[in-house]
Amino acid sequence: MSKRKVKDDHMPVGECITQVQEVFRERFCCQKLPEQPEGVESQHKHLLELLKRTAVHGESNSVLIVGPRGAGKTMLLKCVLRDLLEEKEVEKNLLQVHLNGLLQTDDRIALKEITRQLNLENVVGDKVFGSFAETLGFLLEALKKGDRSSSRPVLFVLDEFDLFAHHKNQTLLYNLFDVSQSAQAPIAVVGVTCRLDVLELLEKRVKSRFSHRQIHLLSSLTFPQYAERVRTQLSLPDDFPDDKFAQDWNASVKNLCEDKSVEEVLQRHFNSSKDYRMMHMLLMLCLSRVSVAKPNIKPADVLEASKMCFTDAKANMLHGLSILELCLVIAMKHLNDVYEGEPFNLQMVHNEFKKFLHRKSSSMYNFEQPVIMKAFEHLQQLELIRPVDSSSAKTQREYQLMRLMLDHSQIMEALQKYPQCPTDVKQWAMSAFG
Amino acid sequence: MKYSSRLRIRRVYAWRGRHSSFNRKLKIYDYHSLAISVEGLPRITIINIGQHILIESEDEDNPYVAKVVRLFGDESGKQKKATVQWFVRVSEVPPNKLKQLGREPHPQEIFFYQGRSCDDEVNAESILRPVQVKHVDGAAPFPDDGDRDALYVKLSWDSKNFQMVDSDLMDSAAAPPSSVPPPPPKPSLPPSPPCSPPAAALASQGPARRALPTPDPAVMRRVASGEVRYSRATASAGKPCHAAEAESLHSATKLSASKCLSARRRNTTARTPGVRKKLALCSPEKKSMSRDDVLDQLLDEDLESEVMLAQRLSSSPPHTLTLTHRLTPLRKPRMKPSTVIINRLQISEMDSPPSSIRVDDSTRELLDKSPQQGDVMEAGLPTGSVKTPRRRIATPRGKCASRGQKATTPSQKKETKILREPSLGSLAEVDHEDSPMLPVTTPRSSKRKSACLSSSRIRKQLNLEEQQDVDSDADDVDSDADDADEFLPSKKELQSSSEEEEEEEESVLDSEEVVVVRKRARPTSSKKTTTTRSSTRTPRKTPNKKITPGTPRTPRRATPSIPSRSLPARQPANVLEEARTRLHVSAVPESLPCREQEFQDIYSFVESKVMDGTGGCMYISGVPGTGKTATVHEVMRCLQHAADEDEIPPFQFIEINGMKMTDPHQAYVQILQKLTGQKATADHAAALLEKRFSNPAPRKESTVLLVDELDLLWTRKQNVMYNLFDWPTRRHARLVVLTIANTMDLPERIMINRVASRLGLTRMSFQPYSFKQLQQIITSRLNKVKAFEEDALQLVSRKVAALSGDARRCLDICRRATEICEHSAADRSATGLVAMSHVMEALNEMFSSAYINAIKCASVQEQLLLRAIIAEFRRLGLEEATFQQVFVQHQALCRVEGLQPISVSEGLAVCQRLGACRILLLEPSRLGVLQRVRLNVSQDDVVFALKAD
Repeated sequence: MSKRKVKDDHMPVGECITQVQEVFRERFCCQKLPEQPEGVESQHKHLLELLKRTAVHGESNSVLIVGPRGAGKTMLLKCVLRDLLEEKEVEKNLLQVHLNGLLQTDDRIALKEITRQLNLENVVGDKVFGSFAETLGFLLEALKKGDRSSSRPVLFVLDEFDLFAHHKNQTLLYNLFDVSQSAQAPIAVVGVTCRLDVLELLEKRVKSRFSHRQIHLLSSLTFPQYAERVRTQLSLPDDFPDDKFAQDWNASVKNLCEDKSVEEVLQRHFNSSKDYRMMHMLLMLCLSRVSVAKPNIKPADVLEASKMCFTDAKANMLHGLSILELCLVIAMKHLNDVYEGEPFNLQMVHNEFKKFLHRKSSSMYNFEQPVIMKAFEHLQQLELIRPVDSSSAKTQREYQLMRLMLDHSQIMEALQKYPQCPTDVKQWAMSAFG
Repeated sequence: MKYSSRLRIRRVYAWRGRHSSFNRKLKIYDYHSLAISVEGLPRITIINIGQHILIESEDEDNPYVAKVVRLFGDESGKQKKATVQWFVRVSEVPPNKLKQLGREPHPQEIFFYQGRSCDDEVNAESILRPVQVKHVDGAAPFPDDGDRDALYVKLSWDSKNFQMVDSDLMDSAAAPPSSVPPPPPKPSLPPSPPCSPPAAALASQGPARRALPTPDPAVMRRVASGEVRYSRATASAGKPCHAAEAESLHSATKLSASKCLSARRRNTTARTPGVRKKLALCSPEKKSMSRDDVLDQLLDEDLESEVMLAQRLSSSPPHTLTLTHRLTPLRKPRMKPSTVIINRLQISEMDSPPSSIRVDDSTRELLDKSPQQGDVMEAGLPTGSVKTPRRRIATPRGKCASRGQKATTPSQKKETKILREPSLGSLAEVDHEDSPMLPVTTPRSSKRKSACLSSSRIRKQLNLEEQQDVDSDADDVDSDADDADEFLPSKKELQSSSEEEEEEEESVLDSEEVVVVRKRARPTSSKKTTTTRSSTRTPRKTPNKKITPGTPRTPRRATPSIPSRSLPARQPANVLEEARTRLHVSAVPESLPCREQEFQDIYSFVESKVMDGTGGCMYISGVPGTGKTATVHEVMRCLQHAADEDEIPPFQFIEINGMKMTDPHQAYVQILQKLTGQKATADHAAALLEKRFSNPAPRKESTVLLVDELDLLWTRKQNVMYNLFDWPTRRHARLVVLTIANTMDLPERIMINRVASRLGLTRMSFQPYSFKQLQQIITSRLNKVKAFEEDALQLVSRKVAALSGDARRCLDICRRATEICEHSAADRSATGLVAMSHVMEALNEMFSSAYINAIKCASVQEQLLLRAIIAEFRRLGLEEATFQQVFVQHQALCRVEGLQPISVSEGLAVCQRLGACRILLLEPSRLGVLQRVRLNVSQDDVVFALKAD
């Protein structure tokens, strides 16, 4: 009897792991909204009231949400919308239009998208009929006909707001702000951007029509808060089906966060950026190491994940180079040292490489000019070197001036890890003078 | 600059027959019918007076419907005009008014238009073709005979409501909207003139027929220019005159001579098969053709030239016209006497029906002869060549008089009377002069009867007002009876449908009276559009018709609208909310404070232009948020109100905004659409507008066009701006253009000379608001809603005045301050008023730069990078460095701070994050470590922000 009960309460570990992965995937990848946005309560209140006034009183408004990437701008907006739509009165009335500056790259597309999302009468199915001018005229006419008290309020969310400012004449922005400043259909324009100087992008007429409300999201997060946040993010919710497993898991996470090495890693991440997405990336990497055999996160996992996060992209690329190419890179490094960052060309690099062959090389031998050339071109294709001026056609390839796009530290790091690197090459790289 | 309009059928318009009367003062010739031939097609359509026609409208699918009341032209023959009785299509009636109908309108239903806001004078060249209009009894259903072209009239529409229309109103559509009932449609009631002997009555047939042989108004002009007496006589057409009656005998003889000529001419044409074939095509043409022939006959006789005849015969009808045109000078001497007679005859016949009102009129006219009359008479005396210019001098004087009269006396009747006087005087004189000329007589020919027949038929068909003489001639009576059966069956039906006989008779008499009055009144207005309007203006009380086409005419597409909300919007609950509503920029204030002077200037500018019916441009400049558009709108509201009150003539206000269009050329499309509800491509719209503004069009009234954000209409060739400023200078445009832009020197900066020149120098500049004005604006908006402390208001206005003087900004700050106040009021029970602290907070929120805060909140590595950048800048002495250089500094700083050095990738990521916020300005990221870095904030700010930690 008791055995059966236990069986009911405790799912097999594999099942639990699947559940755990599901929960966290939703949290980290699908950007599940938190119950209550943390650290941005006042902004939340401000925005909520503003939008509520549009939805309930029919007052037109415009606002910009500004903050660095990963500061939680969209999260804030989504939370506000979720809270807003809880009210029945709002839910029935509010129309929403979501635009993204990266998707709606010009006003023509944006207008079509607005019309489609508003489902105005010139939309049939998913198609918007009419030319650009007609769509604009139609939309403006529609908005003009509305009035404060009788028509449904429309919420325009412009993600990547700064990109809309680059549209021709800023027609869309002008018209949206103009509607929001005149007695037409009530609209709220919410711009979301990470550019602090976004107002300077607006044309003077557009700027004048914008209400100049800005909600700044600048996270003044401290490290303890950051660590706490990591812990809550890794904790399983109370409604997890298997209580026992959840308790065990949460306890292990608590232990994990108190671990010195883990704390160090987190501190390093915190120093680097307060971006929530970066944190989620790290945690995601940790979680991916959880398996049936190892049903919790170990400090070693965090360290591994952190290492993965911080690996240098260029150094990784160097690992794939041939010895010859690596030698050329080293030669370029020496040239950079000697000539203090002046550009070089293939001949100079080749000479440097030949000097090395003459003096020290035991394992390497000289290559034909075409082979060197080929290696050089490969480096160029990998964008490890780039020509100084783009007009490559004029000069002969051998004499085209190039710059190395690698830092010394990257080269040295790559050399350390390079499999079976000849010692004389390593020594050559480390020697101060070629 | 010209836009090629799209290829369409070209119609050629020509008068059929000779003019029936001539107003010398205005140089207007009246005609009985108009021939329309389509180029390339042999068919000719004849438009007669009394016929229903379609008139070109902006909406090509739905041309205007009207009934011809009068056809007239000027002496040059270039301008052909028609007076019409309008009918309104269902689509022209505003949809909200259509509800009054109480039923679904029939698609082919039209309404008899009784409104007064439409100019009933149209360019005859806008006539498309005749159309069949049937009257349907109010209760009867619409005939379902599948006749797609026929239109049905059931109701009349006076732009306010619908009324039943009775059949004789329909028949006598000639009735002007000036209160007099319509004339008799038929000869059924012949008020036999007791004074006129049979001969005179017979002769009175003359006008109808005599009017026919004029093929081209140009001919008439030539004649007129050489012919003093002739023209003077025609000018007096429609004048009741004792002298005319006395002359009737003479005229009869003269008339018979001309009739003889025409009859002979008909014989000759009978020999030309080509012409005959054309005639066979449609019955009305027969008559008109014969009319043509009559003229030709006359010409032939005059010239006695076989060559000419041959030429004429071999050529197609339009050609004939041109030929006769050429011939005319030679013809003059003979033409003169006959036409004179015609006119006099017409007069006598007009006189004949005993109508008390008209007698009254005429006597009054005789009594108050103004001094002007004498002038005109004198002018009329010498020979033509000298005469023409002098007559021209006389005309404006008449116009001036009419204007003056209009200003002083409200009675329209009196005005027209005075205008009539000169012609009356001239008439008397002509009569005396003419008498010696009478000897030009021709023996009555046996063909007279046929000539009479044809003329009377035409007369019947035209439903003209000269019916009363029918009974005087037996031949005519017969023919009339025949014709009535033949040509007017529909009319009989109509009559039977509605009204009793007596009423009909009455109305007939009345309408005749109307016609006479109209005939006299007409000349005052025909040529000079301003006077026309002056006469039609006074009775206008209904909202003008022009506006109705602005409402969506054809529900061709979906209606643009935002769905309406299920629950009504909540009203403001407390003082702060109330204040916030009032302070919203969108709230329309009762008045615009601080812009009184500008308002006055714009108002008087537009008002004067609308009053004069002229055009003009005005340029308004000012920085954003200084009330330019608001002031213009306010002016328009006031003017619109004044127009409704009949203080100024009605006008149409349309507005375009350079920012609200996708391309400068869309301006044409938008103007056209707002003006007429018509949709067209930019090029086509430009062509249509060009036409509209350069031609005297039907139903014309002033247009006020507001062009907001003018600078965005700039194109390389500037043709949009050029056209916008060129149209007002056209004579018939009546366009007032108000342009708004931000910069004062826009005309000098971006416009080429010819555009700037047309824009003119009427400029106005809106200065930014001073703090006092801003304060006044807020106070007036709040309108005694006590929500702000006085100091707080002053702080806001001073701050904004110092920054930009933008009223929008000011209002937004106030609005934000009320919100802040509301929040803080929840914590501690303050006064409830918006205080200085709240305003300060709002100001800080809106105007403070976020950079310093952003730097303060940046991560450790980001701050470190900024320090590295500053260190590198100091080292280099430049404001720019590559990332590589900065990164070296950064590594060093990391070591100093005891932090683990970061990799290049990470460093770049940090750098990119700062770049995305625009704290740093970066080159494209694909340059990697080579990208150059600059600060977007001053170094001092960065140092300050970093130190504060």
